[in-house]
Amino acid sequence: MFGEYSIGDLGSIFVMQGFAGLILFSVYVLMALGLAIIFGQMGVINMAHGEFMILGAYVTWMTSNTFQHYLPSLFSGYFFLAMLLAFLASGALGMLVEWALIRHLYKRPLDTLLATWGLSLILQQTYRSVFGPREVGVELPQWMLGSLKVTDSIEVPINGVFVMGLTVLITIVVAYVLYKSRWGRQVRAVVQNRIMAGAVGINTEKVDRYTFGLGCGIAGIAGSAFTMIGSTGPTSGQLYIVDTFLVVVFGGAASLLGTIASAFSISQTQSTLEFFMSGSMAKVLTLLAVVGILMLRPQGLFALKVRK
Amino acid sequence: MSDEPNKGLQSPLRRKLLMGAAALPLISMLPRPSFGAGPATATVNTTGLAVTDTEVTVGILHSATGTMAISETGSIQAEKLAIEQINAAGGVLGRKIKFIQEDGASDWPTFAEKAKKLLVNDKVAAIMGCWTSASRKAVLPVMEQYNGMLYYPTFYEGLEQSKNVIYTGQEATQQILAGLNWIAKEKGAKSFFFIGSDYIWPRTSNKIARKHVENVLKGKVVGEEYYALGSTQFNSVINKIKLTKPDVIFTDVVGGSNVAFYKQLKAAGVDLSKQALLTISVTEDEIDGIGGENIAGAYACMKYFQSLDNANNKAFVADFKKMWGEKTVIGDVTQAAYLGPWLWKLTVEKAGSFDVDKIAAASPGVEFKGAPEGYVRIHENHHLWSKTRVGKAKLDGQFELIFETADLVEPDPFPKGYQ
Amino acid sequence: MIITSRFFNRSELIGFIALAAVLFVILPLSLDVFRLNLVAKYLTYAFVAIGLVLCWGYGGILSLGQGVFFGLGGYCMAMFLKLEASSVENTKIQSTPGIPDFMDWNQITSLPLFWQPFHSLTFTIAAIILVPGLFALIIGTAMFKRRVGGTYFAIITQAVAAILTILIVGQQGYTGGINGMTDLRTLRGWDIRPDHAKIILYFFEVFLLFVCIGIAQFIRLTKLGRILVAMREQEDRVRFSGYSVANFKIFAFCMAAIFAAIGGAMFALNVGFMSPSFVGIVPSIEMVIYTAVGGRMSIFGAVWGSLLVNFAKTSLSESFPQLWLFGLGALFIAVVLAFPNGLSGIWADYVQPRIDRLLASRKSKAGAWADNSVADGAPAE
Repeated sequence: MFGEYSIGDLGSIFVMQGFAGLILFSVYVLMALGLAIIFGQMGVINMAHGEFMILGAYVTWMTSNTFQHYLPSLFSGYFFLAMLLAFLASGALGMLVEWALIRHLYKRPLDTLLATWGLSLILQQTYRSVFGPREVGVELPQWMLGSLKVTDSIEVPINGVFVMGLTVLITIVVAYVLYKSRWGRQVRAVVQNRIMAGAVGINTEKVDRYTFGLGCGIAGIAGSAFTMIGSTGPTSGQLYIVDTFLVVVFGGAASLLGTIASAFSISQTQSTLEFFMSGSMAKVLTLLAVVGILMLRPQGLFALKVRK
Repeated sequence: MSDEPNKGLQSPLRRKLLMGAAALPLISMLPRPSFGAGPATATVNTTGLAVTDTEVTVGILHSATGTMAISETGSIQAEKLAIEQINAAGGVLGRKIKFIQEDGASDWPTFAEKAKKLLVNDKVAAIMGCWTSASRKAVLPVMEQYNGMLYYPTFYEGLEQSKNVIYTGQEATQQILAGLNWIAKEKGAKSFFFIGSDYIWPRTSNKIARKHVENVLKGKVVGEEYYALGSTQFNSVINKIKLTKPDVIFTDVVGGSNVAFYKQLKAAGVDLSKQALLTISVTEDEIDGIGGENIAGAYACMKYFQSLDNANNKAFVADFKKMWGEKTVIGDVTQAAYLGPWLWKLTVEKAGSFDVDKIAAASPGVEFKGAPEGYVRIHENHHLWSKTRVGKAKLDGQFELIFETADLVEPDPFPKGYQ
Repeated sequence: MIITSRFFNRSELIGFIALAAVLFVILPLSLDVFRLNLVAKYLTYAFVAIGLVLCWGYGGILSLGQGVFFGLGGYCMAMFLKLEASSVENTKIQSTPGIPDFMDWNQITSLPLFWQPFHSLTFTIAAIILVPGLFALIIGTAMFKRRVGGTYFAIITQAVAAILTILIVGQQGYTGGINGMTDLRTLRGWDIRPDHAKIILYFFEVFLLFVCIGIAQFIRLTKLGRILVAMREQEDRVRFSGYSVANFKIFAFCMAAIFAAIGGAMFALNVGFMSPSFVGIVPSIEMVIYTAVGGRMSIFGAVWGSLLVNFAKTSLSESFPQLWLFGLGALFIAVVLAFPNGLSGIWADYVQPRIDRLLASRKSKAGAWADNSVADGAPAE
């Protein structure tokens, strides 16, 4: 199939294809980070994760509309404020949900799955009632549109670069918070031994609540970033939930490095395969490979302990 | 469910409905038609349909919930508007149209179940409904088994013809060929790249387009790609487009995927004012979600645009907005859905009966001069003769009409040489 | 738990008679054929729910991929019916007569090899049981032999459901794609569409359902059932006692898969088509909620749960489509938070003790079978 193209053409296509994989990678990492915190650190299966993401996207959309109407002069910078608001909104909702629902179910992880699925249905219908069933598109400031011309044939989309930068930044912040800060050490202490952590004076309930809130808040940021490349509808969140869970499980829960490595391998595999076959077959093969590897190595790529 | 117009609607529509209600006094000031003056029920209804001396019941069957609600809402609105207008003008054979609305919930078996309920329990005289091919395929055996009459509004893949269905949208050859001819002539296009969602309509449409490009236009198809419904990652296919540098990108991507596709296309530096793109799936409804700035410059090929400049359409658009709110947009399918109740009324009056067999037999040749798209006529194969038009998407989300066929295009659901 | 020598203990016997009376007598007498056909559709999910009681309620294995098996069973049945509906005579309008219509639309000119054996009804019935059974065996062996934990298993089964859906939708030339297989007409020349056929199919389905209930009850009462429960409570202790935990889990999972497949096959027969919308993640999770609402520990509860949730879905979504999703969501949360044992738990905790007391005050024989309700009252995890 490559006979007709020149070497130069092919070279630049592979560069751009790699770049497409990197954008997919960033999206996966952003979505999976929050989940990795909640699932990996707390063992809670949050099926409503996608809906927390969509909340972030809707917050971004509302911010964008507000700026367009009232502060058109500041429109070019609205996105940063929108991301902050998305983080706060999703995080606050997450803490509320933890208080009302999740904390009663820490001993029954499979039941959190059902309860949060119920929550996701309620959230979807809420979005539909409030924002309408149609998908909404967020208008981007001018500087985020278009692409950078690297060479004649290689063009790099600006919003892709933005999403990648954002991903790196958030990953660093999360890694710092979890592994270097006092609060992060408390989180990990609670994960390792809840009773002992309580005994040495850590307020485990508070740690749980903030951890869940942080995970949901990051989902909000992911949703905000996602408005740049996709659309936002009441059920958009559901599309990603399985992919995201697979990324986390494949990476080995509780391992930040594993999440990143697995997001990278899954996204690159998928985007490379997409070049040779139809999109849906590429997806099937990628998922099959992931499930196959998980059957051989259930602990995931970088695992601490999964076996019961 | 009853004939209250607000049942089963999404709540944002409620708001629009309130605006619509403001228009009610206007309607009630019209001379009230008196119902019951038509021919005797026994003569116009020999098959036990829900027809009384003053009323006739029809069904509306679309998704008011689920993923398809986004698309089907417009059709529901258009059908209700048409029914209201027909009633204001005296109804059908002196009878007021009452409708029962059922929700297909974007779930194909539910469509079949509700269609059966409408026919068996409610004995409706006709059903205005369905949107996706999948829902029509699910409903079709029910319509044939219980001898119902379905008015189906969506442009679709063809390869189907039934005594029990009137297809008010275009079938694939009708929609595609004229557009391809136009773009080949206008842009000198020789190479085409096809991209679609992965289901029967895009696949069949692309098959027809491919045969036309290769055999008639003597051009070349340099790529053909399908993505699962709901996909949001199109970077790979955009790279392939850049590699193969086609003269025309021909797309039939549907639903939410559209938003991602056009945004990513723009972000990758594909400028639609230089790169020709012909879509058969983006109507004004879809642009609402995509955003005019992301798709401006693309060409769409179908039979109706909201911006059509004729008296019928102006009145239709004004009435539609009066009923459903100033912000609503009207796409190709919405207009086709509006034709359904009108064509049924005209056919009933031509046949002088509500009986399904008589309506099926009387349908060919029925003309509707008041259609917003202009004059239409029902063909022997139960599809519509209609013009095909090409529009160019503008920043404000409307299309600018740039080409229309001189004559009505004949519907050909089983095209020879294209199968 | 006290295992009585009888097949059913007294309260189960009451449950059995009540269910049989409702399904065999009351519903057929009180509903028209249209509604009865809907009940038949709901009951196809009851097969899945009974399977879930075995593997989730007793075995503690939550599978979020039961739609896969429901779908495999349904598609096997649908392939047979579709072939029969696609006789050369019925399809002479196509460019290749004699193959299913969707193949013709996708430029397939001859029947694919894996479709050929579905001309035979015997093969089809065998396939309905064996294909999902073997598939479950493979997944189960791979997962349980490596002692994959419950949550991981749930996520992986979910991924399998996603894969199968994408595959069916993507390979539309062979599967009918998103439209599914529609317009199924006859079974060995017997028209499955008219009213009297629907009634016969209904009774056949209810009969099969009771066979499955019997099998499930039998499994429960044997040592196998007791080991399953023991395993759920203290897996390591069972393992250290010398039992192969993995094998028991695999068995429960395979049984659940086969029950689901029978449900799917009955679905194709009763509803007259099969589509990928019953295979994916959403229907799979909904099937779990039927079980949870009925009571994950109760075989009869699972049947009631499937009936009631679906009935509520149809009637609520007819009149209040928006309310329905709120209601369904709230139901999930309520069942998990407040009533982990669902309807049967409510029955055992609140209704039965009162009946017992009422009876006990008449006879002075106090609570002979209250023990059972206590055993059933313990939460699963």
